[in-house]
Amino acid sequence: MATAATGGSAPAVALEGVGRAYGERVALREVSFTLPAGQTVAVFGANGAGKTTLLRVLAGLLRPHAGRAIVLGAELPREAWRARGRTGLLGHEPLLYRDLTVRENLRFHARLHGVAAARADALIEAVGLGARADDPVRTLSRGMTQRAAICRTVLHEPELLLLDEPFANLDPGGAATVAPLIGRSSGPARVLISHDAEQGLADADWVLGLRGGRQAIWARAAEVGVADVRRLYA
Amino acid sequence: MRATVAALIRKDLQLERRSFESVPAMLMFSVTAFVLFHFGLDRGALAGDLASGVLWVTLLLAAVLGMNRLFVAEREQGGFDGFLMAPVDRTALFVAKAVVLFAFLCAVELVAVPAFVVLLLEPGIGQALPELLAVLVLANLGIAIVGTLIGALGVQTRARDLIIPLMALPLLVPVVIAAAEATAPLLESGGADPFPVRWLGVLALYDAVFGLLAYAVFDFLLEE
Amino acid sequence: MTFGRGLRALSIASAVLITGAFALVFFWAPNDADQGFVQKIFYLHVPLGIVTLCGFVAGGIFGIQHLRTGERAHDLRSYVAIHIALVLAVGVLITGSIWARASWGQWWVWDEPTLVSFLIVFLLYACYQPLRFSIEDPERQARYASVFAIVAGAFVPLNFLAVRMAESLVHPRVLSTTGGAMPGEMRTTFLVALVGMACLFVTLWKYELASKSASIQLRSLKRRLAGDDGLAPLSRSAAPQQL
Repeated sequence: MATAATGGSAPAVALEGVGRAYGERVALREVSFTLPAGQTVAVFGANGAGKTTLLRVLAGLLRPHAGRAIVLGAELPREAWRARGRTGLLGHEPLLYRDLTVRENLRFHARLHGVAAARADALIEAVGLGARADDPVRTLSRGMTQRAAICRTVLHEPELLLLDEPFANLDPGGAATVAPLIGRSSGPARVLISHDAEQGLADADWVLGLRGGRQAIWARAAEVGVADVRRLYA
Repeated sequence: MRATVAALIRKDLQLERRSFESVPAMLMFSVTAFVLFHFGLDRGALAGDLASGVLWVTLLLAAVLGMNRLFVAEREQGGFDGFLMAPVDRTALFVAKAVVLFAFLCAVELVAVPAFVVLLLEPGIGQALPELLAVLVLANLGIAIVGTLIGALGVQTRARDLIIPLMALPLLVPVVIAAAEATAPLLESGGADPFPVRWLGVLALYDAVFGLLAYAVFDFLLEE
Repeated sequence: MTFGRGLRALSIASAVLITGAFALVFFWAPNDADQGFVQKIFYLHVPLGIVTLCGFVAGGIFGIQHLRTGERAHDLRSYVAIHIALVLAVGVLITGSIWARASWGQWWVWDEPTLVSFLIVFLLYACYQPLRFSIEDPERQARYASVFAIVAGAFVPLNFLAVRMAESLVHPRVLSTTGGAMPGEMRTTFLVALVGMACLFVTLWKYELASKSASIQLRSLKRRLAGDDGLAPLSRSAAPQQL
């Protein structure tokens, strides 16, 4: 298990033997890795391999059934409250109320996180949704909804981003506008689920490969080839 | 905590104003129920305990409609996840939802009670209005507390529209008893009888017990 | 986790007490002055009622323990207590109905607060298993069931109070009105019946706990032998299937 030492800052994520089951079905088993602050890990695996479960455990939404999970210095689930508000989750659901406008949704999240409303407005402009900000979310296209969801994810300036195929519904223009927010240069540590082997490898410092809930690959991105990733789906 | 509750209430009121899912349905149901009672009982005018019973059963069943809807947006549009990841006190969700349900009930009663008076009530209620308001407020509080708790309990299940009423209605029987017993003398045809204050005590006790209980256990419904 | 301790002693005690109680009821306790022979169903109905209500409240207490400690064994105890109490509650309603018919000529009387509040409690707890069945994730099922058990357990006394205030007292309050003045033989018989019923409840409870925990342990052993994917998955159930 390769770990990297980074200056003096604590790792963003440190998992040791983490497991999680749904009833009898084991979704994650013996997952162990350490992600230094500010770095990115690309997570690959077939459907049902446990990627979404991993993300939800890191977000504090699921309690680990085995092992130790330390996210941003807080041990889950005991100290989960310490990490709350410092992680940003972008899953398959936008987590926006469809009948409210983009602006109302973001302002609501801003209030929940104690963030100024002005930041919500600024983000809306930054992703190019200014013209549609006062339309209900259900009237937006998938790409625009995704952009709004990305705003929600980074609204409270999280130290750890948990992204599940963030560029999936975006056209190249959309992807370009959100890159400064959730891309490699944005700053926070990132756990990035991707199905695009080449893009994922290029965008990450580390690679985590899951197969059947178990950890099949953990290595630096430079040492992993596209073929290794493809084998996970075999 | 207060800020979180305020933000949640504001969001729910915005949603209701945008989608009109709860209050109009509860209101329409109440008026329709009054009409049904007219035909079912074959009476044009009710008084006393019969009037009281019809009013409270109708309000309770209308409240069930509101309970069914209370957490649906959270459940279906990922509202729970968004809330659970925020650095806020989780009980704020219970308080906010209970306040919202209470507000919906008050809004419905603002129209349904006058409708009841016009459609079915034989005597007037002018002289007993303050007492009636006291009963309504305390009963609404009990319904809101229990309704929020059961709404949260039921929203994660598969047959939520069935199981929420089945759980909530027995739990609310004491509220029906107390509210109906308290209201009956107010609706007597010969002018209002003396008001049995002890039933207000029962309602207050119920509200206190279930309020504290719900406050204590609600968090456990939100974990995963 | 052994639930079966003391089971044999308890079974014997229950059998002895129940048989003894029946013997006392039929051969020793005097006929009630007002109601005659029919009143003897009271020795079955009231102890059943008391034990059932205690069972429901115990379910709530185990629910609290489960939420506090997170141990699924408490959830199993809570489930079985409520499950058995629900079955006995049907007995309470039936014997209460028989008593009403024999004493006042009707199969159901609304004037009797204990019986009425019991019906409401029964309707509430009848939702317990459907609620559990409709939640698939076992952990969540256990947690939600515990919340329900706690709320319902707190409801029992409140409900009784409200109904009693509302209805006039027609039910012969054999316990309270003649309570202190219940003739010695009646009181002794009643106490024997009560203790016997309580023993019966605990015995049944332990039996079901032992049986369920045994099948849970058996399954987990099978899984360990066959591997995670070697066994057919569990079908949905209202009962706890994991400890």
